[in-house]
Amino acid sequence: MSKESNITVIKPNVNKGFLYEIKKNWALFVMLVPGVLILIINNYIPMFGIVISFKRYRFHGNFISSIIKSEWIGFKNFEFFFKTPYAFTITRNTILYNLMFIILGLIIPVAFAILLNEITNKRSAKVYQSLMFLPYFLSWIVVSYLAYSLFSIESGFINRGLLSAFGIEPVRWYFEPKYWPFILTFFQLWKYTGYNTVVYLAAISGLDTEYYEAAEIDGASKLQQIRFITIPLLRSVMVIMTLVAVGKIFNADFGLFYNVPRNSGQLYSVTDVIDTYVYRALRNTNNISMAAAAGTYQAIVGCITVFTSNFIVKKIDRDKALF
Amino acid sequence: MDKSFGIVNDNMKKNRKYKSHNNIGNRISGTSNFFINLLFVFNCILCIAPILLIIVISLTDEKELLVYGYSFFPDKFSVKAYDYVFTAGDTIWRAYGVSILVTLVGTLLSVLVICFYAYPLSRQSFKYKNFFSFFAYFTMIFGGGLVPWYMVYTQLIPIKNTIWIMIVPYLMNAWYMMIMRTFFKTTIPESIIESAKIDGAGEFRTFFVIVLPLCKAGVATIALFCTLGYWNDWWLPLVFITDNKLYNIQYLMYQTLNSIQYLASGSAQFSESSKVLADLPTEGARMAIAVISIGPIIFAYPFFQKYFIKGLTIGAVKG
Repeated sequence: MSKESNITVIKPNVNKGFLYEIKKNWALFVMLVPGVLILIINNYIPMFGIVISFKRYRFHGNFISSIIKSEWIGFKNFEFFFKTPYAFTITRNTILYNLMFIILGLIIPVAFAILLNEITNKRSAKVYQSLMFLPYFLSWIVVSYLAYSLFSIESGFINRGLLSAFGIEPVRWYFEPKYWPFILTFFQLWKYTGYNTVVYLAAISGLDTEYYEAAEIDGASKLQQIRFITIPLLRSVMVIMTLVAVGKIFNADFGLFYNVPRNSGQLYSVTDVIDTYVYRALRNTNNISMAAAAGTYQAIVGCITVFTSNFIVKKIDRDKALF
Repeated sequence: MDKSFGIVNDNMKKNRKYKSHNNIGNRISGTSNFFINLLFVFNCILCIAPILLIIVISLTDEKELLVYGYSFFPDKFSVKAYDYVFTAGDTIWRAYGVSILVTLVGTLLSVLVICFYAYPLSRQSFKYKNFFSFFAYFTMIFGGGLVPWYMVYTQLIPIKNTIWIMIVPYLMNAWYMMIMRTFFKTTIPESIIESAKIDGAGEFRTFFVIVLPLCKAGVATIALFCTLGYWNDWWLPLVFITDNKLYNIQYLMYQTLNSIQYLASGSAQFSESSKVLADLPTEGARMAIAVISIGPIIFAYPFFQKYFIKGLTIGAVKG
């Protein structure tokens, strides 16, 4: 019986359609139901909700009738959004920060992983890895507390402990935009470097040792081994990790940009990104349609980036493409 | 690689030996080893120091905090902040309870939903596995954005301001699902399932009695991912929760950082004494809550680390 069910699957059966499949594997379909429902509610309905950004959204009793009854105004919301000065600022901030994070998030963790792998005392390497991985497990709220304990204007460690010791005037950190590109980059790296290092370390430990043995016999130095064996072999992991990050270049880490600067209005010029802008537009100004337009812009441009970067990788190396 | 040499501490002796062999030895020199170690020690201090700072602040005397600010080496220690948090902090314990409840229920349901979804997709004989894989995968590439998503949970399925809003949106996760699918695929050979079928076990029975027990490590990995996600979540309460009885610990911390009086006002509702308000160790208490919120993570850290690395390694294998 089992043999037969196997054979029927392997045979291309065009006639036996979806209903036959449901009848035969009903239990498997039942298992899929909860996941499918959640995906529909949480992801697919919002995708269709994109129409909100083409309408002047007004609430009419319930969600569906509101969408249907709201007036269609075409690209007006987008026009309105792109005429604000924010459109440029938030796009620039989002892309530049993410570019920075992608570049540093590639170089530093790869370097760390290679170095950590070379440390002769494996036990201390383990300890370093554990301590560096820890920040990944803390929420952005906790990180905002850490930042506050360092940068608080009245009692922060940097103003009261460091700067005063050198006789420097305290800095009003939460009101001075010029420092924040560095502070935000620092905390992003602080939280994720350990995680990325672990990813690359796992990849390195999976490499075939024979390459290194051969290189050793040929008299390759450690640096040569790193340059000509480790890095080329890590390339596929690096490409995939970077590709995933590039695909998300229009999606900023809301927690970092909203919580760490404590949503301080004076800092928006350097801390405001698309995600925080959309959130505030939805929450504070209540301009739902324009917030939706900004969100749609982000979703569509983001989707294009994913497909483009995937297309490029496919051209270079078919196997490394995501889809 | 250099693993073949095992763990040896006296690299000086070894190095001399390599030098005489024309530096063939596949190991870094003692000096570079020293500097690499130095780099990592510095980096680890950078990672741990801010966490240490909030622990020290939470243990510093409140007056000292107000006068001298936050310091790594205060003159006067005090456990008053914790004393306050443990005795008077009804708000805090309530939020802690919400976090625990959401994490437990959320993790349990989420693991079930993810495993249920991943299992059929791991089956070679399941004809629509590619369709359903794509159905989940597509959500990672494209989304409708915050606004329509917000509308769904406030107007279509109004679970705003209930405990469910902090659970439902995270129940299904395409990335975890794919890790789990790879795990099923690589651990469970189709022949086991076939033989269970011959013995008369239904799909559900096979799944719960044979498949899941064999994939304990995978389930544990996913469960820890989910636990961390739920415990550290502040995003859903930020968007959907306005009822302060439903604040979880992260969101309570968010509120407290924004207005230091929040804690005081919260407890005043219960204790009604303005005198308590005046000499509350608010600065210290605030940090004490942060420390308490990290507590469970530090406690479970060895497990977290082990299974996260395992999960990352599985995730790296493209399925």
